[in-house]
Amino acid sequence: MAGPSTYQPASGFTRWLDTRLPILRLAHDSFVAYPTPRNLNYWWTFGAVLSMCLVVQIVTGIVLAMHYAPSIHDAFASVQRIRRDVPWGWLIQPIHAVGASMFFLAVYIHMFRGLYYGSYKAPREVLWILGCVIYLLMVATAFLGYSLPWGQMSFWAATVITNLLGAVPVVGTAIRDWLMGGFAIDNPTLNRFFSLHYLLPFLIVGVVVLHVWALHEAGQNNPAGVDPKEKGDTVPFTPHATMKDLFITVVFLLLFGLFVFYMPDALGHPDNYIPADPLVTPTHIVPEWYLLPFYAILRAIDFNVGPIDSKLGGVILMFGAIAVLFVLPWLDTSRVRSMRYRPIAQQFFLIFVVVCIALGWCGAQQPAAPVIPHPAFKADLRWVEGGTSATRTVTATSERDAVAGFEAAAQEMRQAGAQLVLVNRTSPTQATLTGVSGGTEQRATVQGRDLDALEAEIGKRKASLGAASVPFVEVDRKEPFVFTVTRFSQILTAYYFLFFLGILPLLGLRETASRVPDTIAKSIRGGAH
Amino acid sequence: MRAHCLAALAAALALFATPQAHAETQQAHPHAEKWSFSGPFGTYDRASVQRGFLVYETVCAACHSLRHLSYRNLGEEGGPFAAYRVFNEETGQHETTLGLHGGHEGKLVEIQDNPYVAAIAAAVMIPDIDRDTGEATERAGRPSDRFRSPYPNPIAARAANGGALPPDLSVITLARHDGANYVHSLLTGYSDPPAGVDVVQGKYYNRYFAGGWIAMPPPLASADMVTYSDGTAATPEQMARDVTHFLAWASDPKMEMRKSLGLQSMAFLLVLTFLVYLAYKQVWRGTKH
Ligand code: HEC
Ligand code: HEM
Repeated sequence: MAGPSTYQPASGFTRWLDTRLPILRLAHDSFVAYPTPRNLNYWWTFGAVLSMCLVVQIVTGIVLAMHYAPSIHDAFASVQRIRRDVPWGWLIQPIHAVGASMFFLAVYIHMFRGLYYGSYKAPREVLWILGCVIYLLMVATAFLGYSLPWGQMSFWAATVITNLLGAVPVVGTAIRDWLMGGFAIDNPTLNRFFSLHYLLPFLIVGVVVLHVWALHEAGQNNPAGVDPKEKGDTVPFTPHATMKDLFITVVFLLLFGLFVFYMPDALGHPDNYIPADPLVTPTHIVPEWYLLPFYAILRAIDFNVGPIDSKLGGVILMFGAIAVLFVLPWLDTSRVRSMRYRPIAQQFFLIFVVVCIALGWCGAQQPAAPVIPHPAFKADLRWVEGGTSATRTVTATSERDAVAGFEAAAQEMRQAGAQLVLVNRTSPTQATLTGVSGGTEQRATVQGRDLDALEAEIGKRKASLGAASVPFVEVDRKEPFVFTVTRFSQILTAYYFLFFLGILPLLGLRETASRVPDTIAKSIRGGAH
Repeated sequence: MRAHCLAALAAALALFATPQAHAETQQAHPHAEKWSFSGPFGTYDRASVQRGFLVYETVCAACHSLRHLSYRNLGEEGGPFAAYRVFNEETGQHETTLGLHGGHEGKLVEIQDNPYVAAIAAAVMIPDIDRDTGEATERAGRPSDRFRSPYPNPIAARAANGGALPPDLSVITLARHDGANYVHSLLTGYSDPPAGVDVVQGKYYNRYFAGGWIAMPPPLASADMVTYSDGTAATPEQMARDVTHFLAWASDPKMEMRKSLGLQSMAFLLVLTFLVYLAYKQVWRGTKH
């Protein structure tokens, strides 16, 4: 793609080197003369931001590793020592911690950019897939790194995630035990997590090299999604792209600095400042913000499907959510690359972005919490005051007839004058029936904002009536429909998969795209996007 | 304050960080106090941290540890007992003062020469091993020692506190949502339980604690549990404020350093942004894009 090399060694030494190791030629062709489309917008600068993030994480990480102690007894204290006593540790530790969040912020922008402008389509499928591999490695690295400080969230997130792997049929438990290095999260787990956390970033470096190689082979896509055709469509990488990348990188550093210097702990969870304790489960286990959407998908499945139980179902969908990205180049059937010229796809894309953010929100909530306010939980109470009660034991002939038999007996008591009958099943075939007759029937309705509150209200009312004068109270609970976080996550998850598996494949076949300019030059004259 | 910045600057991220620990319990939200250390330019109130240390040593240290701190930390740059050599213009002599006052310049006294820290450490007996016999013994503390823990192990700590473990307080204001406000509210939040709430034996009602019943007896129940040398009246409220201030410093002793480097870095980056922007526009001038 880059065409014949334009590198001219300027001195004797570089001429000598060029015929032995043409590394300067490679650098020149890749980062100086490399032609980049001249219509790239700011969304194309995040690859540079990501490269900066990767370097920052590796450099700060190596320094931290010199002072960190991977042992369950010392890990928490060693991080405190870094923040308090190690020269510049108070700066390096927050940079690394905040840096992980910044890295993910940048990668999400980078990925949504690719989605919107169709950067995954031919001839960039391999480039995209390498990106997906990087993303998977990033998730793994972040997860491993989060366990290292050995705080409460470290420990419990590691417990939850490794247990998930146990849900995989046949090999699951073996993989889990191998990963944990035992039957529970313990010192061996921390040791291997540390080792892998140090290893993976270098694998990422390797894949990034392939990623950039693939990029330079296929050439950069651009907002118009049309290939550069003539020389005027591109500008040399240096200084045009370098200066633009530098500008956005510095702006990004401002945001980075804002967190590092002024709110280093805002993105973390306070529970991680409590040393890990296997005997105390936090009230609410949550991953870091950048993994919340996947956590929501995992928890959305609260039902079994045939042989797949809810836990395995959640695991499948969670991994599936990343797996679809790998095959995306073959799911999207549209021949138009950039969504700029796909007005309908644009709308679905916008919804998709909102859905991803909403999934993140769901991941941070309690699953049973209501999303929108619902009517109160109500119960109708019925009891008899001042009556006399009689008890009777009924034995059914078989378990199958039991319910009908008890009901028939209750009906008999009612006909004999009982105003209220309580059926208390004591065994599969036996029940004690209590009937009250005489006295006056009373009714009341109580309510509470959720089921627990309602039960409390019912209990209070019962207690106030007194067991002596009122032997029992008939309770008829009326639960309103509650739109819970889990229900909401299910809808969002459905859209997530529908977008990739339904909308993109079908829309590409049916939609009418707006007119795509045939050259980059025309796209620039045509309009501002 | 932190939450404010977050909401303004990264609304989307703040969405994810929304705390919801209060769902099941009727736990009261901590009362929002004014702290000198909040905000981008906030610093610790040195006098309050010193008084708070006194409250900690006199009251809280009976049950709580502070194991990530050493006595020497008290005398380091930014610590409550950092001492300085200052030139006194009236006497024409160099003298050692506690902290720097009124914009005076001074040189930080090295830890080994800091008389305040030496006195604080020496007042504590530290468990050690006798060098000659190998037997357990005790000796006077040194600035390099970690803060003394009141119990030899967690089992002893629980046994002495009705089964509850008094948590280490080294990072307590970071380990709770809205940490400083929470600790302050907790210390001042004891009361009789509301009508109809069953009393839990051996526990004390505190509406700021999750579940409402805490195993810690009201630690600052009466006035004058300490005597402040600067004449401040040691009311329970004042002691609670001061000890919270001290714990905030203990949790994040480099906060001032971070903020001041932050100011320089942000100013530098802003200028750099502007310059790079000009250079970028210059490069692209004449290129339609
Ligand atoms: C008599 C022993 C005792 C003293 C003195 C004491 N505490 Fe506690 N403290 C406890 C115990 C026990 C707990 C654990 C309570 C529980 O889990 O129910 C505790 C818990 C705490 C907590 C954590 C609450 C939470 O959210 O988990 C804080 C903060 C705290 N104490 C601060 C202080 C401060 C500050 C002082 C000094 C002014 C102090 N304590 C003095 C015994 C004590
Ligand atoms: C460590 C993480 C990563 C680094 C350092 C990185 C680096 C880069 C760089 C330098 C570019 C060229 C500049 C640009 O277009 O912004 C690029 C392009 C690209 N990246 Fe990444 N990347 C990373 C992760 C990812 C991920 C996770 C994906 C997707 C799953 C991805 C997909 C792409 C695609 C499709 C392009 C070509 C874009 C186009 O030309 O339109 N990258 N990457």
